[in-house]
Amino acid sequence: MSNLNVSLSPHVHSGNSVRKSMLDVLIALAPALCVSFYYYGLGAVVVTLTSVVSCVLFEYLIEKFILKTEVRIGDLSAVLTGVLLAFNVPSNLPVWIIIIGALIAIGVGKMTFGGLGQNIFNPALVGRVFLLVAFPAQMTTWPQPMQQAHYTDVTTGATPLYLFQQYVAGDTEALQQMPSALDMLLGMHGGSLGEVCALALIIGGIYMLCRKTITWHIPVSILLAAFCTAFLCYGFDIHLALQQILAGGLMLGAIYMATDYVTSPVTPRGQLLYGCLIGVLAILIRRFGSYPEGMSFAILMLNACSPLINKYIKPRRFGVTK
Amino acid sequence: MKTFRMGGVHPAANKLSAGVAIRPIDIPALVAIPMAQNLGAPSKPVVVKGDKVKVGTVIAEPGGFLSSYIHSSVSGTVDKIDMVPDATGKKVPAVFIKVEGDEWEDTIDRSEDLVRELKITDPKAITDRIFHSGIVGMGGATFPTQVKLAPPPGMKCEVVIINAVECEPYLTSDHSLMLEHAEEILVGVTALMCAMQVRKAIIGIEANKPDAIALMTQKAAAYKGITIQPLKLKYPQGGEKQLIDACIGKQVPSGGLPIATGALVQNVGTAFAVYQAVQKNKPLIDRIVTVTGKSLAHPSNFLARIGIPIANLIEAAGGLPEDTGKVISGGPMMGKAMPEVNSYMVKGCSGILIMPNAEARRKQAEPCLRCAKCVDVCPMGLSPLFISKYSQKQMWAEAEEERIYDCIECGSCSFTCPSHRPLLDWIRQGKGKVMGIMRARAAEAKAKAEAEKAKAEAK
Repeated sequence: MSNLNVSLSPHVHSGNSVRKSMLDVLIALAPALCVSFYYYGLGAVVVTLTSVVSCVLFEYLIEKFILKTEVRIGDLSAVLTGVLLAFNVPSNLPVWIIIIGALIAIGVGKMTFGGLGQNIFNPALVGRVFLLVAFPAQMTTWPQPMQQAHYTDVTTGATPLYLFQQYVAGDTEALQQMPSALDMLLGMHGGSLGEVCALALIIGGIYMLCRKTITWHIPVSILLAAFCTAFLCYGFDIHLALQQILAGGLMLGAIYMATDYVTSPVTPRGQLLYGCLIGVLAILIRRFGSYPEGMSFAILMLNACSPLINKYIKPRRFGVTK
Repeated sequence: MKTFRMGGVHPAANKLSAGVAIRPIDIPALVAIPMAQNLGAPSKPVVVKGDKVKVGTVIAEPGGFLSSYIHSSVSGTVDKIDMVPDATGKKVPAVFIKVEGDEWEDTIDRSEDLVRELKITDPKAITDRIFHSGIVGMGGATFPTQVKLAPPPGMKCEVVIINAVECEPYLTSDHSLMLEHAEEILVGVTALMCAMQVRKAIIGIEANKPDAIALMTQKAAAYKGITIQPLKLKYPQGGEKQLIDACIGKQVPSGGLPIATGALVQNVGTAFAVYQAVQKNKPLIDRIVTVTGKSLAHPSNFLARIGIPIANLIEAAGGLPEDTGKVISGGPMMGKAMPEVNSYMVKGCSGILIMPNAEARRKQAEPCLRCAKCVDVCPMGLSPLFISKYSQKQMWAEAEEERIYDCIECGSCSFTCPSHRPLLDWIRQGKGKVMGIMRARAAEAKAKAEAEKAKAEAK
């Protein structure tokens, strides 16, 4: 009797794996994380560690004791959710609130749908938006950078998006306090832990493009659509439009959150539509909504549309002409 | 450099036997020539036990329209007609021949001389010779060549495309054939052009064979109408539809024949067989086969007679290594895993690949991330993640709507999937089912139309 293995073709594999994909995103996030540690010091370290540890722990506990399935924390997806959740909250957020956010992100955002690959919404954003609604005060006080030794006792101040809102409300002075586009690129302003340094986020994005972890379609369409919408919504001012796409979570969202495999459309054309709508919606919410930031809501809304986009926008078929 | 436009992957080439000179394999004392060597109906044996045969004697006739002749690859006595396993373990009838000497049919020109001028110039006669020489698609599809050379009415061939891509990793049989028999191939292509009455032929070769590209380009200068087209490395460029797209930029319509683009594709091995048939009157009794693998002592290219045991080939390449976990007939992307090494050489066998235990087993599948890498690499523009799920859940209508029937089973989706999901396994199963449903529906519609017509006529 032979002991040869028989299976259907193909008999070789590219070597891609879920873990490698997740690791690539984590590596891409490293520059922004380093910048955050530099700007926000202690607070950034505590928030990131708490978020990552509690996301992994909740995933482990839920898989092991509630779902009683295979524990797959080794695929690093919970670590990634943890980092992204931390990136989306202020660096002075108390530990207990972060733990609640992690529970909602993993427990509600991911596991209720059946775990990895099954969720409709980006888990980290589910956690973030829950915290924003449940703890509006803590979630909207923004530490100013360069107070490395402080955590919850840090001095807070206005963010560029808050200034924009004041400006739209009629406070023409607000723009005077706005950081320059260069400072915004480098992250010298208040904001969520990981969103401030657009440059570091872009470097990570380029890394992911080179590694083919993501394709250009979603980030580029979001940034272009957001820029154009901002140009139309903020008095046809190119400088303001540029500041809009550098401010808040737009860059973080465009490169790392909206590109989440599970919750974005599968075809390049679908991704372009998805990206454009996110970009437009995010700016409209910023300009006309009551929240200064609209990126999380825009992404979550389009997450919900992904199945629909997949249904109606098919790949270009070989040998089919209309 | 040209390539096909949609999807594709880059598996590690592992062309271990590239540049290894072709070596003939010794003829064993007993050969078994399987009767199922072509796509379509198996051939019908025309010899019985005790018959004396020579090399080139017809031992089986076509068993249908889509079938072919089979010739004896050795001289000797028919021992029996019995069942043998094919590469997948399925039992098929085979003619066993006890080998006595090596006597060839007198009509065959056994000299090594290159015959440049076509010996047959009538298109019909060339096709006829090809038919009677038992030639089938040598790339592995084994489609009877004479059928392909007769396009349906209304379809016209404008260009012959020769598939010398060899995009399957590991395999080098076509490569070595080009290096050692460049001119024979070119004459064979000329014969195919004559049979199809066209003035143009393109030989597509992937860029990882620069020596073959250089040699063929140099030799082709003397052959009118034949151009060599270097192609950018990408799997599955050797797929008929992908190769046509790469060479002439036309897409075979979904559900249509490749000839609808005006292109007739033949494998380079087939072109060589055509040369031998037309110029030397030698039927298809042997072929080049790569026997390879990282654990194998001597990855080689052999000239092997049809019907010799596969085990002999592996022996000649250094023997089956102890840690062998998989033996594949063909390449690693589309080849078939053999349950046991007990089958026999057939016309469509381009390679035998030995894989060590460590590489032989698939990793456990993880949940689908919807990362869409399978969509990106699909050369047919399908969504493997969805159609595999539909097959798995037996949602045939949805699978049909997603064009599961267009799948060419190249395996790029399974190859690339980060979650190691067996996408193609499911798709293959669903494709068979959906195509069955479509055929049944078409038959039903036809019957209904005929019944109505009969009713109308009766009135």
